[in-house]
Amino acid sequence: MEPLTWFGAYAGFFGSFLAVFATLAVLAGLCSMLLALTDSSPRGSFSLFNGIAVVTLLLVGIGYIYNALSPSLSGGMELAALGKILLGLLALGVFAAMLGVFMKTFFDNPAETMGSLFALMLKLIGLTAVAWLGYTLLFAGAGFRDTLASMDPAALPTGEELAQQKRIATMQGRGILASIFMRFLPVWIALGLLFALSMAYKRKLGLYGKLFDNAIGIFGFFLVMFWVFTALFNGLFDMIATHGPLDQLSGMKNKVPGTPLRDISEGAYPFYLLGGDNLARDVFSRMVTGSVIVVMIAPLATLFAFMVGITLGLPAGYFSGPALRKGSLGMIATGVVFGLATLAALVWGGLANFLMLAVILGMLFVLMFRASLDTVLSFLANLILAFPVILLFYLLVTPEIVETGLPQYMAIVLFIFPIVFAGVLISSRFQTDPGKNRFWLMVVLIPMAVLYAVTINAPDSQINLLGPLDFFNPAPGVLVVFVSVVFVNSPTVFRIVRGLALDIHSRDYVAAAQTRGEGPWYIMLWEILPNARGPLIVDFCLRIGYTTILLGTLGFFGLGLPPESPDWGSTINEGRKLLSIYAHPALPPAFALLTLVLGLNLLADGLREESLKD
Amino acid sequence: MGLFILRRLGVMLLTALCLTFVVFFLTNLYPNLEKLAKTQGNMRMSDAQVSSWLDSRGYTQPLPRKYAEWLGVAPGFTSTTASGEQIGRCLRPGVDPDKAPRFCGILQGDWGYSTVFKEPVTEIISVRLSLTAKLMFWVMVLMVPSALLVGVLAGMREGSRTDRSLSTASIATTATPEYVSGVIFIALLASSRFGLSPILADAGLIEGKTLFKGTATSAMESANFENFFLPVLTIALYGMGYIARMTRASMAEVMTAQYIRTARLKGVAFRNIVMQHALRNALIAPFTVIMLQLPWLLNGVVIVETLFNYKGFGWTLVAAAGNNDIELLLGVSVVSVFVVLVTQLLSDIGYVFLNPRIRIS
Repeated sequence: MEPLTWFGAYAGFFGSFLAVFATLAVLAGLCSMLLALTDSSPRGSFSLFNGIAVVTLLLVGIGYIYNALSPSLSGGMELAALGKILLGLLALGVFAAMLGVFMKTFFDNPAETMGSLFALMLKLIGLTAVAWLGYTLLFAGAGFRDTLASMDPAALPTGEELAQQKRIATMQGRGILASIFMRFLPVWIALGLLFALSMAYKRKLGLYGKLFDNAIGIFGFFLVMFWVFTALFNGLFDMIATHGPLDQLSGMKNKVPGTPLRDISEGAYPFYLLGGDNLARDVFSRMVTGSVIVVMIAPLATLFAFMVGITLGLPAGYFSGPALRKGSLGMIATGVVFGLATLAALVWGGLANFLMLAVILGMLFVLMFRASLDTVLSFLANLILAFPVILLFYLLVTPEIVETGLPQYMAIVLFIFPIVFAGVLISSRFQTDPGKNRFWLMVVLIPMAVLYAVTINAPDSQINLLGPLDFFNPAPGVLVVFVSVVFVNSPTVFRIVRGLALDIHSRDYVAAAQTRGEGPWYIMLWEILPNARGPLIVDFCLRIGYTTILLGTLGFFGLGLPPESPDWGSTINEGRKLLSIYAHPALPPAFALLTLVLGLNLLADGLREESLKD
Repeated sequence: MGLFILRRLGVMLLTALCLTFVVFFLTNLYPNLEKLAKTQGNMRMSDAQVSSWLDSRGYTQPLPRKYAEWLGVAPGFTSTTASGEQIGRCLRPGVDPDKAPRFCGILQGDWGYSTVFKEPVTEIISVRLSLTAKLMFWVMVLMVPSALLVGVLAGMREGSRTDRSLSTASIATTATPEYVSGVIFIALLASSRFGLSPILADAGLIEGKTLFKGTATSAMESANFENFFLPVLTIALYGMGYIARMTRASMAEVMTAQYIRTARLKGVAFRNIVMQHALRNALIAPFTVIMLQLPWLLNGVVIVETLFNYKGFGWTLVAAAGNNDIELLLGVSVVSVFVVLVTQLLSDIGYVFLNPRIRIS
């Protein structure tokens, strides 16, 4: 069976157009760059390429001098080569000047003319690509129909065999790219619906609607929603991926993109669209399945980090006095927590550890009567931030540490914050109406507490109190990864929220609420927080991207998730080992991660621009 | 100013103590020690053998005691094995046990002994750090000028086509973590069967099989364009976008200032406005960002050194952490924490010196 080509059967016709447009585009682009280099229009602009040329010359010059001074240090790079680069750059400058003079005789402003020619060519390239895709999708089966027509009617295959042959021939007509496009068809439909609806009602949708006025924001949102829908369709309905992420098929090890399967069983997808990896698994399916892990963990972990950051950051920015006052509730609570911790150290840690912890916590306790909450919490946040992230991961996510149950203990602390946040949010709102207050607290807190308990509890670990009652266990490694990512992210969120609270604290509406006699938590959660939402939403988007990067980093170092997991970091790590021979297994997950993070950053940029407008 | 620096130094010291203690605590958890015993002694040791191995080397002492020994405020652990051989924290192979000092910790300038590399930690770190310094130097040489240039060009005409394309490009570079860009660069430029190199090699434009080298191991001795450019570019690219955006924001802000408008109305050429009036004020904010970027680049260094197999500081961190080499890991964390805190301090001081408004008040 013929392998798939990248562009399918109709590449030739459109390809020649594309080649012409691309050549023209490159020429026009180069010309406009070169002309800008020698631009001496009356505006006298400090043009882009002037600057680049100067910096390149400087860098090459520095390298030249460095080489001349210490040839032993730089080894292989010869003086002659650098000299050639210098000469080449000078020649380019002279050529550009001549080109400018020559073009001036035809156009008023050659640089601009060439620039718009370049833009036109880019548009034509885009149009050709769309035309190619449409034509290929429409006529992919035509070749097979011709073959059938020319065949002897008696020898025609029948029934299922015919259908199978037709399917394969259509795919061969489409090629790899168009076949991938077809696999994502549910995603395109969902995206089309979402964008059409959003565009139609954008004036009624607040900030989200305003996003659709911003080209960069739309593009970012498109990329993000592409991966969200991919994860949804793949995770819920098992739609996009062509094979199982762990299926190993014989003869497919390290095969290039478009390779057909050795034996096509009933209904199986007959090709590896993006090739096979080192263990003969389908790269395309692994990339698609990997999106489910990322799209599930990254936003949720970011949300948790925000809960932690907000719950600690608001009081840190709001209360300016000492952290504890004699006889206050905070003093009793802190005292009890510290006391329990020291007692625990006495029981499990031995006398020396107990003494040390007692001294440290005692000093901290006394200090908190002098220093503000802000000082104490900021010190702790800076402590975590001073750690290199990767060192922290290596200290928290290794199998040995997981064995000690440390991630679970951290989860106990970190996962309590959403519950505290929800509880305080409700009770500060309905303080005057005890009945309503009790109702809402019960409705929200009881499910949260149950979820909390079953998430922390895990069989065969240090914390296993629930036993058979434990109905929910995340996949192995997920809890550990989740906790460490939340832990790394929350200090930064804390600092942002604290800064915002400090800023908003001095506004008039806060003073008005204080005069009305509202409690501090009401002011923090219902006056300050809603007014800090703009920067927080923008940072939320950015931070999901950063969390995705962190997840990838964990996978890249083989920490946390099991090595066969299809998440993008692990697949990149797997693929990089044979990178210089087989590049295809590592590139798809790399591009997937890149597009998702890029989408989130562009979305954040668009949101920032639109929220600043009013 | 003096008081400010003193105060900051005090906080730094406290932070460093806390952080090293956390690292100490985590590396001394029992499963980690068990792994250490098994890798150092014998993979098939029984539980009893493991605990006696750990006992005889002082690993099972109380944590505060061990930490004090590492700091050098308590005398180093010594014991004698069944065969009459002396073991101690302060004893080094090839040194007479009677001549060994009683105290050997950070305060005595002794950073300990690496169990993986079988060398004193000070030596490993100084060698590795100099290699990473070389990498960082070239990263800075590439990153800072280009980032400032991009930022200034984008910020001097806010909203123009140049601004939009450069800003989007900077967002794209910050969205590309090192392990993604590194992998893409290696695949496209340093693979003998994929990307640009086979085309160039067929055309006879390059002498070797590949345009660049996919590993930077040879760059440790002699760095050149071929084996060093990709790692440098990979790190620089990720940091570049951030600095460029900061520069752009501060440049755009300066360009709307009253004195720039005055200069324009007076008819000063645009080039002179940018070069003589705007640049100086616009570069104050990026300075702090560049300083604070240094520790942030440390992450990139770890990833890139692992990816390109360049055995510098980041590579050592991974090796030490992967093998639970306690003293080396502590040394590595001391150095990295020191770098983070010192750059914070320097950026604060530098900001004060650069900004006349703060300096005079």
